[in-house]
Order: sequence, then structure tokens, then C-alpha cells
Amino acid sequence: MSDFLSRYGAEILTLTYEHLWLTAAAMLFATTVSVPAGVWLSRSPLWANPVIGVANILQTIPSLAMFGFLLPLPWLGERAARIAILALTAYALLPIVRNTYVGIRGIDPSVVEVAHAVGLTGAQRLWKVELPLAAPFILAGLRTATVTCIGIATIAAAVGAGGLGELIFRGVASMDNRLVLAGAIPAALLALIADGALGLLERRFRIAGP
Amino acid sequence: MSTAIEFRDLSFATPRGRLLLDHVEFAVEEGTTTAVLGRSGSGKTTLLRTVNRLIEPTGGEVLLHGKNVRQPDLIALRRGIGYAIQETGLFPHFTVERNVGLVLEAEGRSREERARRSRELLEAVGLDPGTFATRYPHQLSGGQRQRVGLARALAAEPSVLLMDEPFGALDPLTRSEMQDMLRGLLSRMKITVLLVTHDLDEALYLAHRIVLLREGNVVSERSPEEFMRSDQPEVTAYIRAFHRGENSTAHSADAEQSAS
Repeated sequence: MSDFLSRYGAEILTLTYEHLWLTAAAMLFATTVSVPAGVWLSRSPLWANPVIGVANILQTIPSLAMFGFLLPLPWLGERAARIAILALTAYALLPIVRNTYVGIRGIDPSVVEVAHAVGLTGAQRLWKVELPLAAPFILAGLRTATVTCIGIATIAAAVGAGGLGELIFRGVASMDNRLVLAGAIPAALLALIADGALGLLERRFRIAGP
Repeated sequence: MSTAIEFRDLSFATPRGRLLLDHVEFAVEEGTTTAVLGRSGSGKTTLLRTVNRLIEPTGGEVLLHGKNVRQPDLIALRRGIGYAIQETGLFPHFTVERNVGLVLEAEGRSREERARRSRELLEAVGLDPGTFATRYPHQLSGGQRQRVGLARALAAEPSVLLMDEPFGALDPLTRSEMQDMLRGLLSRMKITVLLVTHDLDEALYLAHRIVLLREGNVVSERSPEEFMRSDQPEVTAYIRAFHRGENSTAHSADAEQSAS
């Protein structure tokens, strides 16, 4: 065991770092796009079904297939990480858009009515009322998306984007279960830690009910 | 005395063509309270909401101090009108103090001014600021929430206060306490109130004028005394129906008497 760790320890650390980086970059892009998109949908609900539908379809593409589609791209080698981040972003869109939309639409109508009636401007409504009250939902969406991304990022190794999937793929190819576990266990731990941390944050933003 | 609110030939039809307000026409004198009575669906709430433009009428106009409500900027109009509703609409993530100072916050007034005004108003509505200022809405009873809602509505010293069934969800005892508090408060202020209610006693107790709406039409507009003396069929029907609800215990009282 210590033999194994001394041989692969450094590599596991590097790949964990890569894995985190892929996920974090994808989450950053997905959040930047999805939260404003969810806010926009809450104001134009006619668009909600089509937009959420498209995000839904993206979500249902099997991840191995998604990365498989990307394989033939000629400039893959150099930019594998970027392509992997793009694919991960696509998977992260749905939970964040949907939760932002649902979170804002779900605010007590009398609160929204008063927000209008007391003369809050559109920006004041958004920052003082809608985003704070929808925050637990938005964070729940971020949490789902992050955990999903950490899982799917293991597939990114299939296109040579690195991450803990490398160890898993190599382990499968060489029928070395220790290598598979060396990739799978840190990936699972990352997911659990992210889930727990974002869960704590979500609870902090939740308002005690009546 | 001048006119504070005037409804001129006001109509509102839903997009599907249902007429909720049908050429409504009456005026509210400055500094007086007018109660709008009527059964559910008579258009009371719709009428109220045309004043602060939560609803835009499909015909006619609403004048506020002689000016069409469409003239001033929408935000400025709304900040100058107090609004209190049955559900209160308190922001669950704001403390009582911040809820009360909401309009002042929106206007960008200083923190000290907001705090001072909030505390003043909490006292005016009968809540001890020391106890309640830092609480959240979910830590209050229904009556306390209504008091906070009223304090918020008055925070920016509006010339007009709109109230939509403010005490409708309260138990009778709390409701009459609130009515006493409101009556005392209004007598000390020069404010024009439009009060939507279906509670005849509340209207008689608080209002200088009573407007009875039926299916979007004003069927009566009188002082409380004239209202009670009226022999107009719509008015007597409303009074009778209201009092039947109150006298529904007559039978049980009879039974008790005969038993003793």
C-alpha cells in the first residue's frame, strides 16, 4: 500500500488538482450564464419551457457519448481541457437555470406585490428581494451541478483532458483495480466534500419558515 | 376641502373580456376615510389597485390630487402611496425594523433616519421597538404582522393610504383591537384612506363615506348614517346578509334560556 502511494501519490495529487480545475472552470462559466438566464426566464415565463427543454436535452446526452462526439475534432490534443470544460458546462446549465427560475417564481406573491407597491425599482427588487429569497434554491442548483460535474469530469480523461479519470481509464485498461480505486476514491471524496460544503452554505441562506 | 382621489368613468376588463369595473365614478375627500364594501368578486381590490397602478384600467382615469396617476413616474407615485394588505407581504428575510423602513431604504435615506423612523412608527402602531425591531416576521403573531405592515405603509408619510382587507385574517378580538388602534392613529394624522373590506361594522366604525360595489358598479355612495338608513334594495340586502352572520348564535342563546 505505502509502495503504491509512494509510486502514485504525486500523480494522484496532480490529477486531483486538474480535476478540481476542470470542474471549477465549468461551474464558473455555467453559473455566469445560468443565473442571469434563470432571472430572465422568471420575467419572460413564455420562454421558460423551451429554454429549460433545451438544457434538459443537453443533460440527457450520455457523457461518454458527449466526449465521443468531441473526439474527431482535429485540434483536440492541444485544447482537450477547454473542450472538456465546454462539455461540463453544458451539463451544469440545467440545474442552475431551472432552480433560479423556480426559486424566483416561487416567492410568495404577496411579497412580490408589496415589492412593486412600495416602489422598489427593478434592480432593487432583484437584489433586495428576489435573489436573497431564491438563494437557497440557486445554491441547491449549484450543488447538484457541482456534484454532477465532478462525476462527469472523470470521463474527460477519454479525450485526454486529464483529471482523475486518467487513473480509472488506465486501471481498467491494465486490469489494475488499485489504479481504478486511486482515481475513483479521490473523485468520490471531492464530490462528497463539495456536496457538504455547498449544503452548509445553502442552509445558511435558508430563512426560517413561519 | 379638496379631492384626494377621484375615479372618473373607470373601467377594467380582463384580457378575456370579463368586466371587473364598470364605469366607476366617485371621489374621496382629502383627510377622510372611505370604505369600499362589496362581496368577493365585486371589484373592490381591482379598484384599489388602480390607484397605485398595480392594475392599469382599460377605460377612464384615476386622479390623485387632481393629477392623472399616469403622469408621475411610476416609482415616485408608488412611494407616495401607503399600501397595506391582508397577507401583509412582509419580507421574510428582513427584520421588523428593516421591513418598516423599506420605502426609506429604497429612497436611499440614511441608516439613522430609517432606524429612527421605524422605531417611531412601531410605537405608533403599538409595538415596543425594543422588543420587536430586531425580530423577523415569522416570529410575530398575525396581529403583530399586520401592525408592522401598517407601520411600513406609513413610513414615508404618504398622503394616501390604501388598505385591502387589512384585518380580514385576524380573530375578532385582535381585529377590534387593530380597528381601535387604526382609528386612533388616523384621527391624529391628516391622511386619505381607501379601505377595502367586506366587514360592515369595520366600515361603519372607521369610514366617513361608504361605497358599495356590486359587479363592478357603484350601487351606493353615502355617509355611514345614510347608508344604514337607506332603503335601497342593494344596501338593505347587504346589511341584512351581514347581520344574519352575526345573529347566527340566536338559536343557541334561545336554547340556553329555555334550558335554565
